[in-house]
Amino acid sequence: MKHLRSISELGLEGLTRILHLTESMAEVNSRPVPKVPALRGKTVVSLFFEDSTRTRLSFETAAKRLSAETMTFSVSTSSVNKGESLRDTIETISDMGVHALVVRHKSVGVPWQIAKWTNASIINAGDGAHQHPTQALVDCYTVCEALSTKDLSGVHLTIVGDIKHSRVARSNIQAFSMLGAKITLVAPPTLLPVNVSHWPVTVSSDLDSVLGSTDVLYMLRLQSERMAQGLVPSLHEYSTRFGLDDQRVAKLPSRSLVMHPGPMNRGVEMLIDPSEIPNSLIHRQVSNGVSVRMAVLFELLSVEELS
Amino acid sequence: MSGPDIARAISRIAHEIVERNHGIEQVVLVGLQRGGTWIADALGERISAIEPHVAIPVGSLDPTMHRDDIGLRPVVAGSVSRIPCDINGATVVLVDDVLYTGRTVRAALEGLNNFGRPRAVQLAVLVDRGHRELPIRPDYVGKNLPTQTTDDVDVSVDGVIVTSAAGTSV
Repeated sequence: MKHLRSISELGLEGLTRILHLTESMAEVNSRPVPKVPALRGKTVVSLFFEDSTRTRLSFETAAKRLSAETMTFSVSTSSVNKGESLRDTIETISDMGVHALVVRHKSVGVPWQIAKWTNASIINAGDGAHQHPTQALVDCYTVCEALSTKDLSGVHLTIVGDIKHSRVARSNIQAFSMLGAKITLVAPPTLLPVNVSHWPVTVSSDLDSVLGSTDVLYMLRLQSERMAQGLVPSLHEYSTRFGLDDQRVAKLPSRSLVMHPGPMNRGVEMLIDPSEIPNSLIHRQVSNGVSVRMAVLFELLSVEELS
Repeated sequence: MSGPDIARAISRIAHEIVERNHGIEQVVLVGLQRGGTWIADALGERISAIEPHVAIPVGSLDPTMHRDDIGLRPVVAGSVSRIPCDINGATVVLVDDVLYTGRTVRAALEGLNNFGRPRAVQLAVLVDRGHRELPIRPDYVGKNLPTQTTDDVDVSVDGVIVTSAAGTSV
């Protein structure tokens, strides 16, 4: 496998292979010295045209734990500010001899476009509202770990929030349905995409009615500018209908798991302190992020391309 | 080697490990994923029968991430390493099915360092097929088996099978 740009590009076989490889990486991370020489001599560049905390840091940590070199490209201090084009930027970085580019960009399709301009492997760390495949891998691994299973048939995943603008939701719907999970989306109609009827999901606008049958509750962040765009009448109304508070946590079956990809908007979709949720996986999602991204880097970079 | 020969070799190596180390205090068996793990388990069982009063820890190690041929050939991660106790100051006996170039053992020695600093590391293998590419020597050998580099050596509980261009022998 050369690139990881979407879950469909990965397929069920690739998804299963990375989840399996992640177990080995998690073991490496639990060692007193959590570092292996597997990717010595490889260079990984993180290229974030949009802000990020956990994705960028976990990729850089992952690369370092595999002994790869890392470079960080920060848009605000680069020649992009002098008007350098995306193509010239990619070709410049590529000329320095890099093996993988971890890219986040606000426009859909950027990872496919730049793959034409470089020989490096491209890892999509988020392109617009399209895909965020490594987050979906993290979430699948975290649920499989929590349930001690590799088969999610019959597991009921409920995703709540701004589905329309969420790349995390799109990647997760693909990945979880590949593993057999049953998915329900809960959102106001204005925050659902127009083509949702073609997705392998059921849709509801009443969170309270689906909580009782939910095994995994996945909360998405509501970006405050959605209110300015007139998609939600007020943040207060949104949190009343779709926010997670202690009463809704009490309605969940006792073994239900709660997830959030971060960053959280406390007081909007999260009205309860996550530390008060009995089965919150939010911290596991972050810790597993490093192991999953190690598996992705190893999968893409451990086989030399025969050119 | 047939199945019973394998059992006898494991039995002898178990006695040799106990003898060489003057008992099994501070001795840890570590099987190399994947071929060495069942042999380490079998050795552990035999040693427990010989020295019933001391428990011998048995673990496993996947040296994949420490290999020097990553990128030269497809690398498949074996399984999760499991080191059952603190190995600082212990005598670790690495256990594998076949000793060939020595590169797996080199990777394992490096991987072991991530868990601590053993007082000594010894190597037990069921088959030594020669063709070493590194200065590595086994402490306990089931059988020395001269082979061609083109041969394929397969070890299981049922015996050792050598597949060569000339045919298959047991």
